[in-house]
Amino acid sequence: MTDSYYGRPILKAPVWKWYIPAYFFTGGLAGASSALGLAAQLTGNRRLRRTALGAAAAGVAVSGPLLVIDLGRPGRFLNMLRVAKPTSPMSVGSWLLAAFAPAAIGAAASDVTGRAPRLGRAAAAGAGVLGPAVATYTAVLVADTAIPAWHEAHQQLPFLFAGSSMAGAGGVALASTPAAAAGPARRLAVIGAALEVGASRVMDRRLGELAGPYEEGRAGRLAKAAEACSLSGALLAAVAGRRRPTAIAAGTLLCAGSLLTRFSVFRAGFESAADPAATVGPQRLRRPR
Amino acid sequence: MARMGFFTDTSVCIGCKACEVACKEWNDVPDDGLDFLAMSYDNTGALGADTWRHVAFVERPRGGSAPPGSPPANGPGAGWSPAADLLPDAGGAGVRWLMSSDVCKHCTHAACLDVCPTGALFRTEFDTVVVQQDVCNGCGYCVPACPFGVIDKREADGRVWKCTLCYDRLKADLTPACAKACPTESIQFGPLEELRERASGRLGVLREAGVAEARLYGADEDDGVGGFGAFFLLLDEPEIYGLPPAPVVTTRDLPGMWRAAAGAALALAGAVAVAVLPRR
Repeated sequence: MTDSYYGRPILKAPVWKWYIPAYFFTGGLAGASSALGLAAQLTGNRRLRRTALGAAAAGVAVSGPLLVIDLGRPGRFLNMLRVAKPTSPMSVGSWLLAAFAPAAIGAAASDVTGRAPRLGRAAAAGAGVLGPAVATYTAVLVADTAIPAWHEAHQQLPFLFAGSSMAGAGGVALASTPAAAAGPARRLAVIGAALEVGASRVMDRRLGELAGPYEEGRAGRLAKAAEACSLSGALLAAVAGRRRPTAIAAGTLLCAGSLLTRFSVFRAGFESAADPAATVGPQRLRRPR
Repeated sequence: MARMGFFTDTSVCIGCKACEVACKEWNDVPDDGLDFLAMSYDNTGALGADTWRHVAFVERPRGGSAPPGSPPANGPGAGWSPAADLLPDAGGAGVRWLMSSDVCKHCTHAACLDVCPTGALFRTEFDTVVVQQDVCNGCGYCVPACPFGVIDKREADGRVWKCTLCYDRLKADLTPACAKACPTESIQFGPLEELRERASGRLGVLREAGVAEARLYGADEDDGVGGFGAFFLLLDEPEIYGLPPAPVVTTRDLPGMWRAAAGAALALAGAVAVAVLPRR
């Protein structure tokens, strides 16, 4: 039993609301979709390019409002671009999005309207290159806090988020692309779900006692549901992904898994912050005494 | 400009809460709720957006035992000594009462300042850490970044608030309100170098008097946050007072985090490449 001040938390719980894990999903979806869109562009897969670019644009279009609504002073959202600070993952992310969002939306707009195809291809290339960073920086954003369940998982969270983003992007593309053109989406979905589940397991093992929130309680239930959705979605995509109805079901399950993974990580941070033993225990071990 | 700070010597704190009141009055800090918390004489609870000084009251049972109704071990006529109250096992029953006025640590390596994406949090000419309220957009990143749980968002206002070490008073060459109001000089304000010397002298006196548990908290520049601008003399383990025993600024590990993210981003790009490779 660790001593504490009347059992009170030492850390403050985050003030972020559900908009933030929802953004982790939409932003990750957009990032991985744009990478898939670029790959489709380079391999001449026009149907996959269209759906992937569309998913990227839709994801990023939803992301902006989610981020602005969560601010205590939404009117001051442009203050995010007042400075550029590599020590602040949120500052890095703001600049990333400032470059990524116009590229992703421009690429999709050009594709749909058929206007400025060259510029559209360049925009798709830009978004595709930035996409993997957009999908993974959010893991650094949560890890760069004092919350043990987030901070101590900083080696695994980026891979968890990368896998989750790939599963989501693969799922959307798989569900919305004709089967003949959707092969890469199916494979990306399966690889992504495998990485998502694998990284989550490695993270829990490395965290040891600090993994509690990921294994029990509300965050633990969300994690279990996420794993069930991701694995069943991947399985369905692999065995029956060529048929339309099952492809849609697989894509839905993969997206649900991806979304639940982010909510599980988000929730685990609150539970970890509320537990003074999670803060004190590891610190006592490393304190020279 | 010399680095200015606080030395809070909890061995002379009498729990009067004058610091809490003076801070609220001077800084116009709103009401933080009128709740009875059933935590000794502490109905304030913790530092937060509307609490920039917080007096903790810790009741620890003494080692010895005495029949109910017997006079206090260190009461009049019981061989009173100035240090005996501070000893964990002074004999006799009852509780050992620890009081401590907590405040923002104004860390040398401040996580709140590092992660602030707008530059609203900045380091002043006094080497203190202050929020520029006209810049803060309420993103809330500093809140979980602080290893002490000091800074928080004021819900009705949307921005984050914490101790400014009375930046306005410092500019006018005045002592911060809490230190000014403290009747026992438990809260001492001055150049940090001077305070550290004074604190190590005080620690020596207490150790000499037999208070073996006395220790400085946050006076070491080699700790995980590079030392505090507002440090403490404690009479027990920090966690007893609700303080983290060995806090580390989260951004110390940030290069490793960016490397992991770069690896994950490359893995994503690689997986996409593998997925589109032509099949046979």
